[in-house]
Amino acid sequence: MKLFQRLVPWILLAIALFILPAALDDFRLNLFGRYFALAITALAIDLIWGYTGLLSLGQGIFFALGGYAVAMYLMLNTKSLAGGNGIPKFFENYGVSELPFFWTPFWSPVFTLIALWVIPAVVAGLVGWLIFRNRIKGVYFSIITQAALMVFFHFFNGQQKLFDGTNGLKTSTSQLFGELVGSPEMQVWFYRLTVILLPLAFLVCRYFTSGRFGDALIGIRDDETRIRFAGFNPVPFKTIVFLVAGALCGISGALYTVQSGIVSPQYMSISFSIEMVIWVAVGGRGTLVGPIIGATLVNYLRSLVSEALPEAWLFVQGALFIFVVVLMPDGIYGWVTNGGLRSLLAAFGIARKAKTYPRLDEEAVAVD
Amino acid sequence: MSMSEPLLELNDVSVSFDGFYALTDLSLKLYKGELKSIIGPNGAGKTTFLDVITGKVRPTKGTVTFKGHSLLGVSEQRISRQGIGRKFQTPRVFDNLTVLRNLELAASPLKNAFSLLGSSLPQSAKDEVHRIMNYVGLTPFATVKAGSLSHGQKQWLAIASLVAQAPEVLLLDEPVAGLTDEETLRTAELIKSLAGDHTVVVIEHDMEFIRDLGFDVTVLHQGQVLTEGPLDKVKADPRVIEVYLGPPEQ
Repeated sequence: MKLFQRLVPWILLAIALFILPAALDDFRLNLFGRYFALAITALAIDLIWGYTGLLSLGQGIFFALGGYAVAMYLMLNTKSLAGGNGIPKFFENYGVSELPFFWTPFWSPVFTLIALWVIPAVVAGLVGWLIFRNRIKGVYFSIITQAALMVFFHFFNGQQKLFDGTNGLKTSTSQLFGELVGSPEMQVWFYRLTVILLPLAFLVCRYFTSGRFGDALIGIRDDETRIRFAGFNPVPFKTIVFLVAGALCGISGALYTVQSGIVSPQYMSISFSIEMVIWVAVGGRGTLVGPIIGATLVNYLRSLVSEALPEAWLFVQGALFIFVVVLMPDGIYGWVTNGGLRSLLAAFGIARKAKTYPRLDEEAVAVD
Repeated sequence: MSMSEPLLELNDVSVSFDGFYALTDLSLKLYKGELKSIIGPNGAGKTTFLDVITGKVRPTKGTVTFKGHSLLGVSEQRISRQGIGRKFQTPRVFDNLTVLRNLELAASPLKNAFSLLGSSLPQSAKDEVHRIMNYVGLTPFATVKAGSLSHGQKQWLAIASLVAQAPEVLLLDEPVAGLTDEETLRTAELIKSLAGDHTVVVIEHDMEFIRDLGFDVTVLHQGQVLTEGPLDKVKADPRVIEVYLGPPEQ
């Protein structure tokens, strides 16, 4: 059994890498690639919310920054998308003849690969540090992150001359290594890349949540004052995880952008950032497996429902959220690991609740 | 620092919350190795006194010095790192961490975020954690989450976490609140065992416990020191009787 448990992650990885690409058509596989990309964002939110208690409603900022970074590179390096003066065509629509200065470094693939996670990380670190050092917590933190999201949204949405405004940057028609980014062959490669990066993101989150650093995060979440009296300054802890989460969201946004074919200010819409939080709540916060399940499942469900009844999805999502919050407060993963079906029946009054008190004595004996 | 200099000194400290004075011109000295119990009726300013020392509340007036350095405006975590540890009135332990992890977190010798990443606790600190855990009888519960402990066990875990933090000065706010007689006795033993290496201040209402400890007693009343001395002398003081029982009938 122990051996089986150890093998589970490898089995899942093998299925994702070899079986899914063989079993699914290009369209479905691409959708799964997007789900797994979004799962990285869910992991990041779990790191800051599930473990550290920072409910950020602004992760869309970092997600979109990563997406824009990679899209700018692709736009610049695709000859077919260039206008008369060698810069992306859309600039002509707004009478811009010279590339805005901050676009220039995105000619470089190396710079882009670094920028797509470093820029979100720096922005997150800076914003986080300012918020945390002023001891802004709880609901106020959530409101500030949402306000920041709106600022970024309106900036990107309004600046046609810098980012093509509300149209966003289309990557599907751009080229990479001489191939069309939107082509099925390229998409399979992006899928594989995502499947490899997701476990790495998992390991990063595990590194930060295990050991005494992770214990300190849980301490900050549960009783920040007490952590201070124990001699720890919570500000660096929170800043570090918020920065790491920003970087992960950037990577996630870049992977999502190349697979969805576009990055637009819609990635910074208020509802999208709230949906990210819902994935984590549905999957199970405070565990690292939960957010992956949540992001994949909710988005898969979204595809299925949207295909069948396009208008129904928002209702289904709302119902799902309420269902999970009321009946599975620990999310799907937490529900499965603590009692599962029986606790659900108990909530409806069908099954009896467990009679025994927590297994204190058993566990106590097991130590010796 | 000469021997006669106090370790911790409060001088003319006043704390006012919107015009209400929780402490009024309080002056108090604590010497190295001193053991002190603080009593006083509700609202006497006992907890505010600890808040001022630990940096939670900034005094409206007056000075607080530790080893000759001012503590005013110093953050809670820095004061804690300087060697002043505090146990809160209600036992505040980390419910979602196991007993062992509660203690190991408190025992971390370096308190900055990067030193907690990756590096493991030094063996000496691990041994100390096990010694303390054994002393308070929580070894059988090492891997149990602190949230499932009984109230008394949480009190001990809170005290044990404080000891694991290795402070010079221990400030204990109501360490036996809600404990059984048996548990109270054992807590008194535990606190007495800390004497010698530590400077200890205990705030309590339980007079039996104060007697058990045998520390000198300071009585606070309306934010000031009413009187100081051994328990029997303090209890015989007519002013103390008046404060606790009301003015004598004519």
